Amino acid sequence: MSFPSVSLTPAALTLDDGAMFEGFSVGPVAEAYGEVIFITAMSGYQEVLTDPSYHGQIVVFTTAHVGNYGTNPEVDQAEPTQVAGAIFHELWLPDVTHWLNRATLPSYLERYKLAGLTGVDTRALTLHIRERGARNGYIGPLTPGPEAALAKARAVAPMTGRDLAMEVTCRAPYRRLAIPSIEVPGPPMRVAVLDFGVKKAILDRLCAQNLDLTVWPGDTQPERFMEDKPDGLFLANGPGDPAACDYAVKAVKKCLGRIPVFGICLGHQIMGLAAGGQTYKLPFGHHGLNHPVKDSRTGRVWLTSQNHGFCVDPESLPKNVITSHWNLNDDTLEGMEWTEAPAFSVQFHPEASPGPHDSQGLFSRFRRMLEDFYA
Amino acid sequence: MPKRGDLQTIMIFGSGPIIIGQACEFDYSATQGCKALKEEGFRLILLNSNPATVMTDPEFSDRTYIEPMTCEVAARIIETEGVQAVLPTLGGQTALNLAIDLYNRGILEKLGVEMIGSDPEVIAVAESRQIFRETMTSLGLDIPVSEIAQSVAEAMAAAEKSGFPAIVRPSFTLGGTGGGVAFNRDELKELAWRGLAASPIHQILVEESLIGWKEMELEMIRDLADNAIIVCGIENVDPMGVHTGDSVTVAPIQTLTDVEYQAMRDEALKVARAVGLNGGCNIQFAINPNTGRRVVIEMNPRVSRSSALASKATGFPIARVAAKLAVGYTLAELKNGITGKSACFEPALDYCVVKAPRFNFEKFPGASPVLGLEMRAVGETMALGGNFREALQKSLRGLETGQMSLKSPLAFPPETTRAAKLEILKESLVQPKPDRLPNLYEALKLGFDPLEAANHTGLDPWFISQLFIILEAEKFITGTMAETFNSGQNPPASQWRYVKAQGFSDVAISQLVKAAYPQCQITSDKVTELREEANVRPHFRLVDTCAGEFEASTPYYYSSYDSPVSPPIEPPRAPSQNQRVMILGGGPNRIGQGIEFDYCCVKASQAFEAMGLETIMVNSNPETVSTDYDAVGRLYFEPVTLEDVLAVFHREKPDGVVVQLGGQTPLNLALALQSRRVPIWGTAPESIFTAEDRSGWNSLVARLDLKQPPSGMAGDAKSALEIAGRIGYPVIVRPSFVLGGRAMRIIDSQRELRAYVSDFEASGLNLGPDNQILVDKYLDDAIEVDVDAVADGQKVVIAAIMEHIEPAGVHSGDSGCSIPPFTLSEGIQDEIRSQTEKLGLALGVKGLMNIQFAVHQGTVYVLEANPRASRTAPFVGKATGRPLIEAAAKVMAGRTLAEAGFDTESRPDYYAVKEAVLPWGRFIGAEVDLGPEMHSTGEVMGLDRNFGLAFLKAQAAAGMSIPTTGDVVLTVCDRDKEALIPLARELIELGFVIHATPGTRNVLTGAGLKAELLVKLRQGRPNLLDFIRDGRVSIMVNTISGPTSAKDATVIRAEAISRGVTLITTMAGFTAAIEGLKQMRLNDWRIAPLQDYHARKPLT
Repeated sequence: MSFPSVSLTPAALTLDDGAMFEGFSVGPVAEAYGEVIFITAMSGYQEVLTDPSYHGQIVVFTTAHVGNYGTNPEVDQAEPTQVAGAIFHELWLPDVTHWLNRATLPSYLERYKLAGLTGVDTRALTLHIRERGARNGYIGPLTPGPEAALAKARAVAPMTGRDLAMEVTCRAPYRRLAIPSIEVPGPPMRVAVLDFGVKKAILDRLCAQNLDLTVWPGDTQPERFMEDKPDGLFLANGPGDPAACDYAVKAVKKCLGRIPVFGICLGHQIMGLAAGGQTYKLPFGHHGLNHPVKDSRTGRVWLTSQNHGFCVDPESLPKNVITSHWNLNDDTLEGMEWTEAPAFSVQFHPEASPGPHDSQGLFSRFRRMLEDFYA
Repeated sequence: MPKRGDLQTIMIFGSGPIIIGQACEFDYSATQGCKALKEEGFRLILLNSNPATVMTDPEFSDRTYIEPMTCEVAARIIETEGVQAVLPTLGGQTALNLAIDLYNRGILEKLGVEMIGSDPEVIAVAESRQIFRETMTSLGLDIPVSEIAQSVAEAMAAAEKSGFPAIVRPSFTLGGTGGGVAFNRDELKELAWRGLAASPIHQILVEESLIGWKEMELEMIRDLADNAIIVCGIENVDPMGVHTGDSVTVAPIQTLTDVEYQAMRDEALKVARAVGLNGGCNIQFAINPNTGRRVVIEMNPRVSRSSALASKATGFPIARVAAKLAVGYTLAELKNGITGKSACFEPALDYCVVKAPRFNFEKFPGASPVLGLEMRAVGETMALGGNFREALQKSLRGLETGQMSLKSPLAFPPETTRAAKLEILKESLVQPKPDRLPNLYEALKLGFDPLEAANHTGLDPWFISQLFIILEAEKFITGTMAETFNSGQNPPASQWRYVKAQGFSDVAISQLVKAAYPQCQITSDKVTELREEANVRPHFRLVDTCAGEFEASTPYYYSSYDSPVSPPIEPPRAPSQNQRVMILGGGPNRIGQGIEFDYCCVKASQAFEAMGLETIMVNSNPETVSTDYDAVGRLYFEPVTLEDVLAVFHREKPDGVVVQLGGQTPLNLALALQSRRVPIWGTAPESIFTAEDRSGWNSLVARLDLKQPPSGMAGDAKSALEIAGRIGYPVIVRPSFVLGGRAMRIIDSQRELRAYVSDFEASGLNLGPDNQILVDKYLDDAIEVDVDAVADGQKVVIAAIMEHIEPAGVHSGDSGCSIPPFTLSEGIQDEIRSQTEKLGLALGVKGLMNIQFAVHQGTVYVLEANPRASRTAPFVGKATGRPLIEAAAKVMAGRTLAEAGFDTESRPDYYAVKEAVLPWGRFIGAEVDLGPEMHSTGEVMGLDRNFGLAFLKAQAAAGMSIPTTGDVVLTVCDRDKEALIPLARELIELGFVIHATPGTRNVLTGAGLKAELLVKLRQGRPNLLDFIRDGRVSIMVNTISGPTSAKDATVIRAEAISRGVTLITTMAGFTAAIEGLKQMRLNDWRIAPLQDYHARKPLT
């Protein structure tokens, strides 16, 4: 076991309101730009760093120690890493002995050219964001000085109105094969996935429902993917402002009612817009693994994994959309169900990765919806 | 589902006396439960035999029964009070066992009473190894390879499958009692026998060893709508093989991936669902660090020690929520009191929490200090820090073992080479012992390879690395920083922040620097001064359950240096016109300082708040009510050391600080605090010091013309012998300035005294002018008396006079005692009152005081005075119904006793007997004897209208089912033989059959009494020991004099205790027992609540 006597370079995060949080630079890149958000998860850092939904964001981990168990390529949610930058209270620098470890987190940052900052007072930073809302920031060296840093932070494009999904979607369609199982035997059904930055775990869960997937770039015209005669449509998670994804909203409008549709996160927001509703930006978003979501029809509460900055306004929805799930922390909308079409969506992440598996049953619900539709 | 409308009257079971494995965490949980149900408007009936608890204060329930926790008693209360439901999940294993007993005997069904919070099926899954294994297997969970055994032979056969080492776990026992690890067939035989004996259903499990596997605990809550949450995951730093109660633990879990954690979480929820859990539950897993194989170890369908820890660690009140679920609510209907958000969530932590166990092995010479599956810790501290290292070092210094850092307590002869030291340290690490982490740290310092250390100890390399990082910081302190100090400079702020963030206290820094540069005699005060000059101070952060995501208003804080440069971020306190008082708690429980002091702190806090003052509590013990953010004003979860206390003081700037309530811990800080201009409320620290300082005390006693046993103070063996020779043997000897009578002995001869002194020196404590021993004349056969009083500087009011049942010389904490006195004449009592008043006024006591007297042949001797809360204060409050602690609080805040409404003594017209509960069963091999060194862990109270019955009830409450017929063993020393005759006669009249050893029997038959002959040890078989092993003995009376008979006594007393025989070791105790037995024949027991006693309701 080696303990590198590391001499790290001082660096800082500068927010667009002038606040500065000092730390030490880790990773090969000295600079990063993005919207700064915090996540309260106590495990699953690698899943977070590789989740395309965080594209363009600087992620602050609130938990005290990060990197303890290293990394393993199998838990990557997409390639390469997706976040704009990562901020740690204490990043584990020495060797890792966990049996699943393949590379330490610092070497992982190195490989994927990611900017990081460690030794930051992440609680102070978190409270700052909580009080003043998510805002843009810049990670960089202490020189040339605060004013230059502030100018860089202010130059970051605002998240509202930004179509980031197109930056992370796949370039060309590809297939993922169904995995039949004892629970879901028989010939697979076929689902078109609109990729706005889909997590690997979502594809895995869908395949495990014995679904053959064709993953399409997020801006694929409906005529193009419907040509393929899919049995259902899945709308993936992704980064950015849903209101900027008008192409997807249009596509969904054309599909609703024709084939079963299931959406997660950005996919859910796009479905909300397609239904005629509106979205708005939350003050500092939901990023964590401990968000209680209540199914208003059954009263059941799930602990959910969440990662979103925008939200569907329940007031804006037409009568044919039932508001099915609610966040118990701030009473925001977490799920919808169409009364006149086989479609439902959730704002949270039933695929977890990281996070609790409470709501995983939604994938089999989608499978049943498909079966019922074609029965 | 809202609150159930069909229930009005609910009975809550407490956990009885404090024992190892079941301490005041259950006072915390049941008090919280009582509060939660009371606010729902239920009529609450509480049963608990322990008077030292907060929950047994009459205000927490409608009817408070301090009675033995037996089926018969519970059944009678259920009937009288019209109880509709019993809630047994807040009072630990004791409460659960009582509920199961009531159920199994059909009493619940017969009386139409429902069990809420859990049900017998759930409990059965958790408690019966076999059902547990079947259930887990059916759910697809992996379990260790194991086999049930109901005999030693079956156990031996089972070990063929599990292999060695094999784990023995008895069914239905508490805290792993009777369990252990067998490394070979011989050890297995022994362990199997012990385990079978310990199990009430005579069943053990022989299991595959998981030693060295990661050990994880999940604290979860589920409701009947099937919502379930994990409140906290806890990782044991000490891996499998050490009982979790004896392990250093950390939250959140540090070394599992999210994939591993979520899979474990899924399994926990699966179990909760399968058994139909409704409330809190703890589930333990072991994980193979090399393969990730995970097995489930056990579950407890109730709140537990670790759920108390989890509540304090996260700010989520598990017991409160569990109580609400038990009466029909669901999680989604409840709120998180800290954030106002839903209670149906999982707390997120942005800090580390470390718990460290406190041991008391030094009190049990002969018992092996090896840690295993059976819990040995008597207390614990918890600390929160910005990182693991800071939390670890804070928790260790909170233990008050004298170690302010990770320094190994092992002493090496000066010429020992580094290699030899390392070998000794490695050797010491083979078996886990209390000082494992400091020894490991020392070994790393001497060059032990971290990975090899991990293999050697089974600790996860991540934890070893953390020690290594602390070590690097230590090297920095002894290197760069020490050089700077030595050159008269102050290191820059960044260096201070770096070392402070690793958890080093200023005292530790000063010690390290002094050790590195003997010429640089930097004091800890100087370290503090320089640090503050560099403007490096701790930040205080809120424990908010949500890692800062939501605003939190509950003032529950911890300190940290691990926030590099930003300004303090937590909102400052709102300005207030009210006076503010800071109360220092007692730190970790240990023998001699436990729940009683927590009770005093909590009561005083309530009294201050009732007066309109704001209270600030500082304590480090996660088991207590005083560290419940909901029970005190502002809570600082901090080690009770000078540096940490001062930091809170400087932040809060209270008008006064109270040191007299938390036992010796805060008292030890009193003078140091005062010299730093901290205003101490109540009795002046100088007075406290006078009472403790031998010469000050002697001159005070002389000035007041009081008598005390002749004594002297010795700084070496020669003067000790000289003093003892002058005042005459037997003498009581003890070192000065300790609590709980540590290393106190009654000495009969010169030879014994020499041995005592050399033992003392062998333990590393050299006698000298600063380290003297006290030699007191031992008053043979005297009656000891405790007095608790409250004074305001002008007036002294007696709260109670307590007559001890055991003779003087037995530590007051181990002795039974009675309010009012049962043999003392009015004249003697008046003399005691007058002496108490003189002492109280002379010492200028403002607040509580406790004085110990001995009455010897009609003369009253004063033994000691303690101007502070005593261990008996809660007992006195419960026994008399008098608010002595509230009165003391009022006095400390400047009121007079008259204004406090506490100006006359009030004497009950009934009897209250306190009995001590001793942990011998946990310390196999230790000498079982009552003497001047305190050994008891807890206490019970018996109340009735006469002394005999109250005594008997106290015995029953202490777990000795005093039988009305059967075989009695009498074996007493010569001094007691004469007194035995009338008592033996009464026993025979009561229908007992007497068995006696030859000497005792001779005296009895000489007096014409029938007694069967018992062969003494080593004088043939079957002998006394075989007779006890036969299991026929119901009572054994055994008194000894001198060390020779003590040796035999150790063996037979240990045997008696492990067989559950009622053991009586004093003639006074025996007299009282017979008195009780006679009364029981004449009267029925009265079962009445405290409310009736305190209202002086006639007892029918």
